[in-house]
Parts: sequence; C-alpha cells; structure tokens
Amino acid sequence: MLLIACPYCGERPEIEFSYGGEAHIARPADPSALTDDQWAEYLYMRTNPKGTHSERWRHANGCGRFFNAVRDTVSDFFVVTYKSGEPRPDLPVKRVV
Amino acid sequence: MQSFSAFSLLRRAFGGHTSWQPQWRTPEPKAAYDVIIVGGGGHGIGAAYYLAKEHGIRNIAVLERGWLGGGNTGRNTTIIRSNYLFDESAALYEHSVKLWETLSRELNYNVMYSARGVLMLAHTIHDVQVFKRHVHANRANGVDNEWLTAAQAKEFCPPLNISPTLRYPVLGGSLQRRGGTARHDAVAWGFARGADAMGVDIIQNCQVTGIRRGANGAVEGVETSRGFIGAKKIGVSAAGHTSVVMAMAGVRLPLESFPLQALVSEPVKPAFPCVVMSNTVHAYISQSDKGELVIGAGTDAYISYSQRGGLHIPQHTLDAICELFPMFRRMRMLRNWGGIVDNTPDRSPIIGKTPVPGLYVNCGWGTGGFKATPGSANVFAWTIAKDEPHPINAPFTIDRFRDGFLIDEAAAAAVAH
Repeated sequence: MLLIACPYCGERPEIEFSYGGEAHIARPADPSALTDDQWAEYLYMRTNPKGTHSERWRHANGCGRFFNAVRDTVSDFFVVTYKSGEPRPDLPVKRVV
Repeated sequence: MQSFSAFSLLRRAFGGHTSWQPQWRTPEPKAAYDVIIVGGGGHGIGAAYYLAKEHGIRNIAVLERGWLGGGNTGRNTTIIRSNYLFDESAALYEHSVKLWETLSRELNYNVMYSARGVLMLAHTIHDVQVFKRHVHANRANGVDNEWLTAAQAKEFCPPLNISPTLRYPVLGGSLQRRGGTARHDAVAWGFARGADAMGVDIIQNCQVTGIRRGANGAVEGVETSRGFIGAKKIGVSAAGHTSVVMAMAGVRLPLESFPLQALVSEPVKPAFPCVVMSNTVHAYISQSDKGELVIGAGTDAYISYSQRGGLHIPQHTLDAICELFPMFRRMRMLRNWGGIVDNTPDRSPIIGKTPVPGLYVNCGWGTGGFKATPGSANVFAWTIAKDEPHPINAPFTIDRFRDGFLIDEAAAAAVAH
C-alpha cells in the first residue's frame, strides 16, 4: 500500500484516497469549436508514461480535497505532491522504455 | 518439427527420452524481415503463426524483450468465455472460443483447453436483470449461455454457499458451459513451436527501443537492444507497454496501464469443478490441473508498470472467496503477482491499422485478453497481411474514439470498471 502525502493533511495510507487520472488536462474553453480529433484527444488520449507521471488524487476519506502528485510509475514512489491550481513542479522528467 | 502422439511418447519413453529435440530454434536476428511482431506473448506469437499458416508470409520475426509468454500470458487466470453483450464483442470472442475448441489438434500440442463451464454469480436484482439480458443477447448471437437459479448453481458448483444470510446472497447465475480454462504457457509454447516450424524467427531477450520511419512516414524497421532490424510491416502486440512502444512512432493511444493482481493457493486434490466469477463482490476462482486455486484479484487504482500492487486488493477478493466458499477459509496462498494491463476507455480492445503506414496494433485487452488469444491473433494476422481489418475486428479501430462508435462492453471483466 502506498503512503501518500496529502498537501493539506500530511502522510496517510493509500486506502484513504481515490485516484483521479492524469493531471493538467484542461477542459477546452470552447468545446463546440473543437474538431472531433481534438475532442477525442481531450476525452480519451492519455500519456500513460513509464516514468514520472503527473496525476490527480483526492483525499476522499479525509479532507475530501483534490490535489496533484508526481509519481514514478516504475517504482510507484511519489516524487512530490502539490495543491490543485499550482503549476507542475519543475522536475526532471524520467522516461523508461 | 517432431510430431507428438501417444506412439511418439511411448517410443521415446522406451528410448530413455534421449531423442527429444528443442521445440523451437534460438536464431540470431536477420538484417530485415517482411513482418516484425513486437511482443512474444500469446497474441503476438499467435499472429506470427497465423501469418505463416493462413497468409503465406513466413519471413517473420517475433521480438520479445524478456522470455516467451513471460508477460501477461504467464500472469493471467486462464479463463475462457465468450458471453459478451454486444454483437461486435460476441463475434470476436466467439471466434476465439471456436478456435480454442480445436487448438490442441491444430497445433499438435496439448493446450489443455477444459470446457468446464464458467458460472457468473448474480447478487442483486440489478445483476439478475442484467445477466438475463446477457443470456438472451448471447443466445441471439449463437453463443451458449443459460440462467441458473441459486439451487441450480449450487448443484453445478457444490462448494458454493447460497445461504440467504450472506451479505450479498447468491440470487442465481449465468452459465456458459463451453467456457473454461486452458494452460496459459502451453498456448505460447504451442504457437511458438508451430510458427518456428514454418520458419518464423522467435528472438527472445531482444528489446525494441525505437521505431524507424522513412521520409514518407512509413515504417522501415525497429531499433533493438541487438541492433537495427528492418521490416516493411510492424505489428505491435505489447500489452501493458503498448503506449511506450507506440510513442516511439509518435502515436498516442487511448490507453492507461494498470497492475492487475492474481494469486494462487497451495495445491490440493480436485475440489472445485468449474470457473466461478462474481463481478459484484469481486471474486474469480478456478482450480488448475496442478491443484492450485487460481484467483483473480482486482486492478490497483493508479497507472503503474511495476508488476505488483497493494495487498489490500487481493485481500478484498479473498474476503469474497471466503464468504462464497467457506471450505477455502483455511487455505494458504502461495504466490501473488501483478501483470500490467492496458485499459481502453470502453474496455474493448483495439485491433487494426494506425495513422503510421505499415504499423499495426493489437492492444487494449485490459483485464481479459487471455480468452481471446487465438481469435485476436487470427484477425490481427489477417489485418497485417491484407492491410485491412477482418470483418470481425473492423469495429475495433482507434478511430471509434473519434467517431463515437464506442463498444462499451459491460460484460468485460468487472475488474476493468
């Protein structure tokens, strides 16, 4: 089980959290202006990297708030967690093949 | 290729088992091939087999980064069924079950396909209504499936606890009698042996690190840990690593990779007659011919390539197993592992062409790809050979996510939802 540092509550076990998928995917400001390809990209296409991944988590059984995290999908170690709305920390991006 | 028969077994037994040959070669990669398959699991090696057998293309290499069948082919719970709801899925999975039924004879290799029946339990009124709908839809598609009452389910699977005092009592179930299990390693080995005999080069410990494209965008070959290998066509069958491999050609896919866990118990004498699945309480269980209970647990919540996961995931499944089958409460579990599965948003696979000329992909099997191994390999081979999809896999394109023709398969394994 992972140990996750909620930016509001501190370190808590994984079962207190729910996963929210890839972070920093902004809803299009004008959805009706999008082509089908752009809409499919927004809805369905994901980076799914082997390496560092920016993702959303929610402290569902705690403070209930969403936050973002950078996690290594090879080791599952959390590099950093940060509050929603803050930019992704300027960290080196790791990619493994 | 040495042919296996009762006679050949006897003859070599009396000869001290000294004249058996290796079942496939260990070739060095050639400079170029007509087709390269990336991924030496059941789906990939099967595609090479059918390319050679049915389409006359024999200058093929299968590149496997680890060992043959060492990925999800060796990590699944070996359940076979075709009772999917939608017409597109029913056609695909039924094609596969029909191939399973004759696969041992086709390959001259015992894949131990055992049609012992797959029983899916209903625990709520909603389950009952949905399962009955599935039974009718399946039968309209020529797929066998029948509704059992709780008492009939108990008769079919005596260890089942149908007490009305359970937290989620068994209200009945749907039974596909032609469903069952097969020996997962034997599928990879049987296809490998057959493909190798037709000239396919199976190259293990050869990791693809790049896909080279020409000026017109078409593929020219792959960079590997053993040097560049040329190819006019490349078929990617890389399961959980599909996103990683396809990114080498600049293709983004609607995939996310999750660890899916499974576990086996200590081996015991035959005690469990069929496969039982319960989507609602999340339990998947059968008994292997070796005697181990083979138990499918869930996916972890987060994307990962770590081939392991949290212990609370299998614990949740074991809670359900202990309630449904009280006689297993004192069984000891021996091994627990994870495999990396690539899920699509609609839980149906993608088998077809890609925006890159000469590059084909067979992915998105998520939590339920083993059952489809021969059927998927068969239509993928057709797609590569003819540069167009077989009618069965024509609906399973990447474009369906753009065009809105999703195949939102509710009968996919519950672990995916």
